[in-house]
Amino acid sequence: MTRLLVGPFNRVEGDLEVTLDIEDGRVSSARVNSPMYRGFEQILQGKRPHDALVYVPRICGICSVSQSVASARALADMGGLSIPPNGQHVTNVILATENMADHLTHFYLFFMPDFTRAVYAGRPWHADAQRRFDPATGEQARQAIAARQRWFTMLGLLAGKWPHTQSIEPGGSTRAVDSAERTRLLARMREFRRFLEQQLFAAPLEQVLSLASADALWDWDARAPLRGDFRMFLAIARDAGLMGLGKGPGRYLSYGAYPQPGAAFVFPRGVWRAESSSLGPLDESGIREDATHAWLADDGGPRHPRDGLTVPAGDKPGAYTWNKAPRLAGEVVETGAIARQLAAGHPLVRDMVERHGGTVFTRVLARLLELARVVPMMEQWMLALEPGEPYCASGALPDEGTGIGLSEAARGSLGHWISVRRGHIENYQIVAPTTWNFSPRDAAGTPGALESALEGAPVLQGETTPVSVQHIVRSFDPCMVCTVH
Amino acid sequence: MDITMPNFNVLWLQSGGCGGCSMSLLCADTADFHGQLRDAGINLLWHPSLSLESGSELIDLLERAADGRLRVDALCIEGSLLRGPNNTGRFHVLAGTGIPMIDWVRRLAATARQVVAIGSCAAWGGITAGGSNPTDACGLQYDDDRPGGLLGASFRSGSGLPVINVAGCPTHPGWVIDSLMALAAGQFSAADLDPLNRPRFYADQLVHHGCTRNEYYEFKASAEKPSDLGCMMEHMGCKGTQVHADCNTRLWNGEGSCTRGGYACIACTEPGFQEPGHPFHETPKIAGIPIGLPTDMPKAWFVALASLSKSATPKRVKANATADHLQVAPAVRKTRLR
Repeated sequence: MTRLLVGPFNRVEGDLEVTLDIEDGRVSSARVNSPMYRGFEQILQGKRPHDALVYVPRICGICSVSQSVASARALADMGGLSIPPNGQHVTNVILATENMADHLTHFYLFFMPDFTRAVYAGRPWHADAQRRFDPATGEQARQAIAARQRWFTMLGLLAGKWPHTQSIEPGGSTRAVDSAERTRLLARMREFRRFLEQQLFAAPLEQVLSLASADALWDWDARAPLRGDFRMFLAIARDAGLMGLGKGPGRYLSYGAYPQPGAAFVFPRGVWRAESSSLGPLDESGIREDATHAWLADDGGPRHPRDGLTVPAGDKPGAYTWNKAPRLAGEVVETGAIARQLAAGHPLVRDMVERHGGTVFTRVLARLLELARVVPMMEQWMLALEPGEPYCASGALPDEGTGIGLSEAARGSLGHWISVRRGHIENYQIVAPTTWNFSPRDAAGTPGALESALEGAPVLQGETTPVSVQHIVRSFDPCMVCTVH
Repeated sequence: MDITMPNFNVLWLQSGGCGGCSMSLLCADTADFHGQLRDAGINLLWHPSLSLESGSELIDLLERAADGRLRVDALCIEGSLLRGPNNTGRFHVLAGTGIPMIDWVRRLAATARQVVAIGSCAAWGGITAGGSNPTDACGLQYDDDRPGGLLGASFRSGSGLPVINVAGCPTHPGWVIDSLMALAAGQFSAADLDPLNRPRFYADQLVHHGCTRNEYYEFKASAEKPSDLGCMMEHMGCKGTQVHADCNTRLWNGEGSCTRGGYACIACTEPGFQEPGHPFHETPKIAGIPIGLPTDMPKAWFVALASLSKSATPKRVKANATADHLQVAPAVRKTRLR
């Protein structure tokens, strides 16, 4: 057995280190270290509750709005505030703008560049991959950055700036949109749709949405192979063995995304179990954070986040990361676009996961299909605005209380738990998507989702930073700064 | 581009921050992000979001940079420097190296021609230094507004300049790109830095300049709750009249700014902004007068002008100030001279 210390990873948000045990050219065991601690949960203690809306977006530069939304929901939950329909729609559009940009950034800038590596020089698609996805000179990378820049101008108007807006309030949005501005925003949305339809999918989004099974997808692919970056990904995925690489735990968590006024989520809440192909309810009370292997005090064993504890203990024996290990009813779950789309019954995602499991391929596929699905919805949310009607309810926050804010970031389920006493924050706990996906072992020694997904990954002769490990790590679209916070 | 011009090598590393300044950088107003850098002679040696090199490839690059085999013209650091616990730097050990990030930064800064703090965390400590500052976070050359920080007040990079503080939370992509371009062109000197070592091209402005709420400000017609259109200085905590930045003339993400987004300027380009000493969204006052008055304005004048303008506020401005959309449109009048 040999041991490999791998890091720093880039093209993930933040810093990441992985320790691999390797036997017979495969990873036999992996330990994931989130090597940076900033202490947001400590910083928030003693603050006024509303001030959380300044601090929490700054947990993360890539899922900043997601943090704001989770916090605003926790405050609204505590204060019993409800958002007027306009505020709900605008919040959804702002959040979806960030989430869709993250999917785009992940595909073009974080995930695909690894296929330009020299290790793939012999593959028939390699030169094409370099032409498209080379980080500095790739033509598609250039176009994607430009499309992203234009896309984010929507948040200049809707949220003042991105990242780190303060326009998201417990009662809605501080920025009312008039009908002329809506017209402008719709034009901007359609510009982005054009990028997706011309460059990414090389097909109308409706056509992509109509692909309801694996067979339908492969037929569609075979009619115009390599046309557009999505079909390029399909070709690489088949050739490079991404279908079966990096299998997750088979249990998928979604907190539910994009609540509609007076009605349910667009993508429902729940836990999808692959073994029974069924969606079960989410029991939030079953969440525990286990700090056995974290450099954090773990007095009293695993805790529900409402009673969570964050106290650094840098010399703790057996610890190897700053990240806690969240578990749902004792189980490891995976979260992300794949979980949202499984919960939402996306037929192609469900069919593919049935055939291949949650793997590098299906994670990336689910993300791209979610792009095709959400962008047209955003147009509908904009059209549902009623200019002249209120965007923000106002009301004082109570001096005592607790609140829960659950949301879906691009990379999965994000939860905030706040408790307030005498007008100040007594405890604030954050469990981010990558906290789940990149969790260390728990007290029982059960590895986290990435840790087990890495087991079995091939390691080529002489590799110090195995390319298969990089694919698996990046397939989760990790955000390390959120993970520990 | 003149191919004989030597490239300006930029090495970009992140520590105790959120990565938001990099994400903001990618929103730079250009149709060809990398092309813009190339045209300016800027060569990104490595950037966390934009480079292929991972793991051992990067460590090799850092070693070469640290011992001078690879020329670094600008070392850009994003995020605060985490000195704790007990000055060990263990709150951020650079992955794969076993070496605290603060030690890497000290080594690399010693050989770099320029050292640039990207964002308020790297400049002053920023948000990470908030509350009890559990990680002992600081900036490269400041600890809030106190000179010092990780590198010390007397630090000068190879060029002779102190750390250049491109402060902001996040920092504006234009502030970063314009700074790097000026440095690459050799057109940046000590005279281009303000007293806090921020580039003067943006720090000699006030957020107030170009604020679309100026008419409300003039008449002290004030917002009272989130989403109101009025001036946010009197009640909502806005510090735009005191804060150094060109946010309302060089807009964010096309047409945005904090005040245009409907919320207060919280002074994110200023040291110590993370601990204002009052709730961010409330203006602290004494006897009804805001403590923080517009920069360069004597208090007596402010009080006199405020009371005069309040009594002269047009009905339209007053009505619109506390609504989220226009209640009264400006009257239509003939404007020709007769």
